[in-house]
Amino acid sequence: MADQVTKPAVQLSRKDFASEVEPRWCPGCGDYPILAAVQSVLPELGIPRENFVFVSGIGCSSRFPYYMNTYGVHGIHGRAPTLATGIATARPDLQVWVATGDGDALSIGGNHFIHAMRRNVNIRIILFNNRIYGLTKGQYSPTSELGKITKSSPFGVIDRPFNPVSLALGAEATFVARTVDFDRQHMTEVLRRAAHHKGTAFVEVLQNCVVFNEGAYDFLTPRAGGLAYQIRLEHGKPVRFGPKGEKGIVIRGGRAEVVDVEEVGEENLYVHDETLEDPSVHFALSRLTPDGAGPTALGVFRAVRKPTYDELMHSQIAAAQEKLGPGDLERLLRSGETWKVE
Amino acid sequence: MGTVTVQELDSVVIRFAGDSGDGMQLTGERFGNVSGILGNDIATFPDFPAEIRAPAGTTYGVSAYQVQIADYDVTTPGDTLDVLVAMNPAALKVHLPDVVRGGIVIVNTDGFTQHNLDRAGYTSNPLEDGTLQGYRVYRIPMTTLTLEAVKEVEGIGKKEAERSKNFFALGVVSWLFGRNPEVTEEWIRQKFRSSPAVMEANLKAFRAGYHYGETAEIFEAVYRVKPARLEPGLYRNITGNQAMALGLVAAAHQARLTLYYASYPITPASDLLHELARLKNFGVKTFQAEDEIAAAGAALGASYGGALGVTGTSGPGLDLKQETIGLAVMLELPLVVIDNQRGGPSTGLPTKSEQTDLLTALFGRHGEAPLPVIAAYSPAHCFWAALEAVRIALKYRTPLILLSDGYIANASEPFRIPSLDELPEIAVSFASEPNRDGEFWPYLRDPETLARPWVLPGTPGLEHRVGGLEKDERGRVSYDFANHDRMVKTRAEKVRRIARDIPPARLDADGGAELLVVSWGSTWGSVAAAVRRLRERGVRMAWTHLVHLNPLPPNLGEVVKSFPKVVVPENNLGQLLKVIRAEYLVDAKGVNSVEGRPFRASDLEEAFLEVLGERAAEGAR
Repeated sequence: MADQVTKPAVQLSRKDFASEVEPRWCPGCGDYPILAAVQSVLPELGIPRENFVFVSGIGCSSRFPYYMNTYGVHGIHGRAPTLATGIATARPDLQVWVATGDGDALSIGGNHFIHAMRRNVNIRIILFNNRIYGLTKGQYSPTSELGKITKSSPFGVIDRPFNPVSLALGAEATFVARTVDFDRQHMTEVLRRAAHHKGTAFVEVLQNCVVFNEGAYDFLTPRAGGLAYQIRLEHGKPVRFGPKGEKGIVIRGGRAEVVDVEEVGEENLYVHDETLEDPSVHFALSRLTPDGAGPTALGVFRAVRKPTYDELMHSQIAAAQEKLGPGDLERLLRSGETWKVE
Repeated sequence: MGTVTVQELDSVVIRFAGDSGDGMQLTGERFGNVSGILGNDIATFPDFPAEIRAPAGTTYGVSAYQVQIADYDVTTPGDTLDVLVAMNPAALKVHLPDVVRGGIVIVNTDGFTQHNLDRAGYTSNPLEDGTLQGYRVYRIPMTTLTLEAVKEVEGIGKKEAERSKNFFALGVVSWLFGRNPEVTEEWIRQKFRSSPAVMEANLKAFRAGYHYGETAEIFEAVYRVKPARLEPGLYRNITGNQAMALGLVAAAHQARLTLYYASYPITPASDLLHELARLKNFGVKTFQAEDEIAAAGAALGASYGGALGVTGTSGPGLDLKQETIGLAVMLELPLVVIDNQRGGPSTGLPTKSEQTDLLTALFGRHGEAPLPVIAAYSPAHCFWAALEAVRIALKYRTPLILLSDGYIANASEPFRIPSLDELPEIAVSFASEPNRDGEFWPYLRDPETLARPWVLPGTPGLEHRVGGLEKDERGRVSYDFANHDRMVKTRAEKVRRIARDIPPARLDADGGAELLVVSWGSTWGSVAAAVRRLRERGVRMAWTHLVHLNPLPPNLGEVVKSFPKVVVPENNLGQLLKVIRAEYLVDAKGVNSVEGRPFRASDLEEAFLEVLGERAAEGAR
C-alpha cells in the first residue's frame, strides 16, 4: 500500500563526501589515507550528509574540512574544540568532528583540548600526529622526540614530548584510541568506533610527513619491518604481540610490562578491558615506550559511556522548564520589587 | 522634649562606608531601592576593593556605596556627600573629604577602637580631636545597640549578631529620611527566608536603628525628598548587568533564537553569567568556558549553529578574544561581544571603571577587521543597548562590540519596564535554497545590507565550508589579489552601511551655543548634570551623546562642524577625541580623567567653562 511505502534513505557513498576542492597536501602525505578513511566511514552511519560538521584549526591537517562535502569551519589555531563545543551544545542533532594536528591540539590549543575531553562534549577529535610542524616548514612540535634536530632545534629538541593518548586519558576522555595512517583497515575500524561513540571520542593517528619528518613511524610500518612493535588492543582478549604472538603485556604495580608469553603463561597476561572506569591501566598501556621507537599499543584504549555535556545542559533546561514552565519574558521583566508611577 | 523639624530637600547624596565585610553594598543598595520604590529618582555608585575580605580596619579595605535620591531625574550619584555613614575610622578617613561642610556624619563609635584608629593611621581620635568640626556629627554605638537588640534571637552567636549592625545603620538612615520601614522589613523577610534566625536578627537590628532615630533625640531635623516626576509606568531598580542580561533575553525572544552565552569569570562582567545561568527555563544556554578564548569560540560556534551567540568580558578578556572576533569578521556570522570596561592596562583596577577600551574595540584586531561598536550610557540603558546590539549583529551577520563599564554595570537606577510591544522587532531568516544557478554561494550578499546568507547546518543541499582564509563569493579559498581587495572593501562597506540604519545623532542645543559637548558611554550622567547646571547659570550649551560609535551617526559631521568649539569628555586619554578629529577634521578638545570613577559634574562644569573661556580670550586678542 502506497502509504506504507517509505522513501528509502538516500544511500550515500564515499564520493558524496568528497568536495569539489582538490586536496593540496604533498604527494604521499599521510593525510590522504585519513581523508579516504573518514569518507568511507561516514556513509555507513545512516546520518544525512547535511548533519555533519567538520571543524579544524590551523595546520596541514586543518585543511581537512575543505575537502569534505559537509558543513565545515576552518577556524583559528588551536581553537577548533571551542567552536566545536559551541556547535555541539547549540545543535545536538549534528555530528561534529574536529580535525587537528599535534601543534594545533597540544601546543597552542592544549587548554581547549583537555577541557573538551574533561566535559565530554559530543565531538570526535582526530589528531594527525606527525611529530613536526609541517605548514610552517619543519619546526619541532610538542610530540617531537627529545634531541630531534629540526630547523628550530639545530642542537636538538630539549622539550620533553607529550604522549597524546596519555594526555587524553589523563583528561578522562570517554573514548581514546590510536591508529596508524598506513593501515587502512585498522584506521577505518577505529574511526567507525569513534563515529558511534557518544561523548568526546579522541583518535590519535600516527601520520607520516613525507617532507619534514619522513619515516617517523617506520618502527611500526610493515615495509620497515615494524610489525613486531605493533600491539593490537582488542576488548576482552589477552594482549599479545610479536610475529608469532610470543610477547605479551602484564600489569604489575600499575605499570604495563612487556613479557615473554612462554615465561609468564597466557593466563597471566592483561586482558584488555576498554570499559574500566579508572583509566590508569589504559594510561600505562599508552606509554609502553615513552622515549621512542618500541612496542606501541594501537586500537581502542578506553570506551565508556558517560553523560555528554550537551545532554547534561539540555536536561537542566528541561528540568527547569518542567518546574517553572517555559520562560515568560513579560513576567521576568516585571520580577523583583516594582512600583508604579502614575 | 526637643522638637524635630522637617526639612524638604530636592536631592540628597548619602554614602555608606565600612569594612568590605560590613555589608555596606547591601545596605546602600537597599536604601537606593527603597527610595526608588517610594518614588524618588535615584543614581547609585558602588565602590569596593578587589579583595573579597580585605584586612579589617584598613583604608584600602573600605567598601562604600553611594546613593543620590532626588525629586527630579537625577543622572549622577552626586559629586559631594550630604550624609556619610562611617562604620569605622578607616571609612571616615577615606570618605570625610567628600562630605560637604555642614554635612551629616553618622559614625559607629564602637568601631573607633584604638586598634582600628591605629590601622587607619589616625594618631588621635577624630571623634574627639576637632577633625569633625564643622560637620553635624551623630555618634551612635551601633554595635552595642545591635547586640542589645538581637540578644534574644535564638541561634545567633555574638559574631553573627554583630554582622547585623549594617541593618541598624540602615534603620537610622531610613528614619532620618522618612523611608517607610515596612518595605525594607518585607524585603528582609524575603531575602533571608532560608535562615530564619538571621532574618529575625536583621529585622530586629533594622527596627532598633529606626526607633533609635525616633527616641534618642539626637537628631534635630529629619529630611524629606519628594517623589520625582518620572515618566508614568511600572518601575524597578536595576543594575547595568541585570539590565544587560534582561536585554539579551528579550532580544533572543524577539529574534526567536536560542540565547547562547559563553563567558569566563571576570570582574565586572561575571554578573552577566550569573544572571543568565539562572534563566534555564527560558532555554538560555550558558557555558562557563576554560578561558576567554574558548568563550568567544563557543559563542561563535553557537552562532554558526544558528543560535544567538554572545560572550561577555572585561578588558583583559577582550584582548584574548580579538583573534576569534577577527574570525567572526571573516566568517560573517553574528556575534555579540560585551565589554564591561575596567581600569587598565593589564589587570589595572579590576573593580574601578574606565572608558579605555574604545580604540581596542574599534581597531584591536590584525588586518582590516571593521565591526560595529555601540556603547550603553546608564544602567537602565544597558537593556536597550543589548537589544540594539543584537539587532545589528543579526541583520548584518557581523561581530559587534557592546561597551559598558564597571560603573554602570554595578550601579543601579529606576528602570521603566517596557511592555513587550515596545521592544523592537528583530527578524531573522535562514537560507534554505541554493542562491546561484542551483548552487549555494555562501558569500553572495544581500545587495542592500551586504550581509551574507546565514545557513543552519543540517539544511540539505547547502553544505559549504567557511573559514579564516580569504574566500571568493562561492566560498572557495582564494589568494587572488583582486578578490582580496574587493572582499576587504566589501566587508568595510557592509559595516559603513549600518549608518543608514541607525538614528541620527540627537542634538540638544540652545540657540547661539558656542560649545558642543560630544560624549559616549557612562559619562552621560555627569555630562547631563554639568550641562543642566551650566544652563541654570545662563550658559548656552549644545550636547550630543553617542550610542553608535562605529559607524558614527551619518549627521555627526554636520553637527560637530556647526559649533565653534567642540569638547569630548572621556574617562580615558582622548580616544573618541582622536576619532572625531580624524573623521571630521575639527579641532576638538578633550577633558580627560582616569580616576577609576565617573566624572564629578562640577569638574566637567568647570572644564567646559574653561574651554569656552579660552575662546573668549582668543576672540579678545
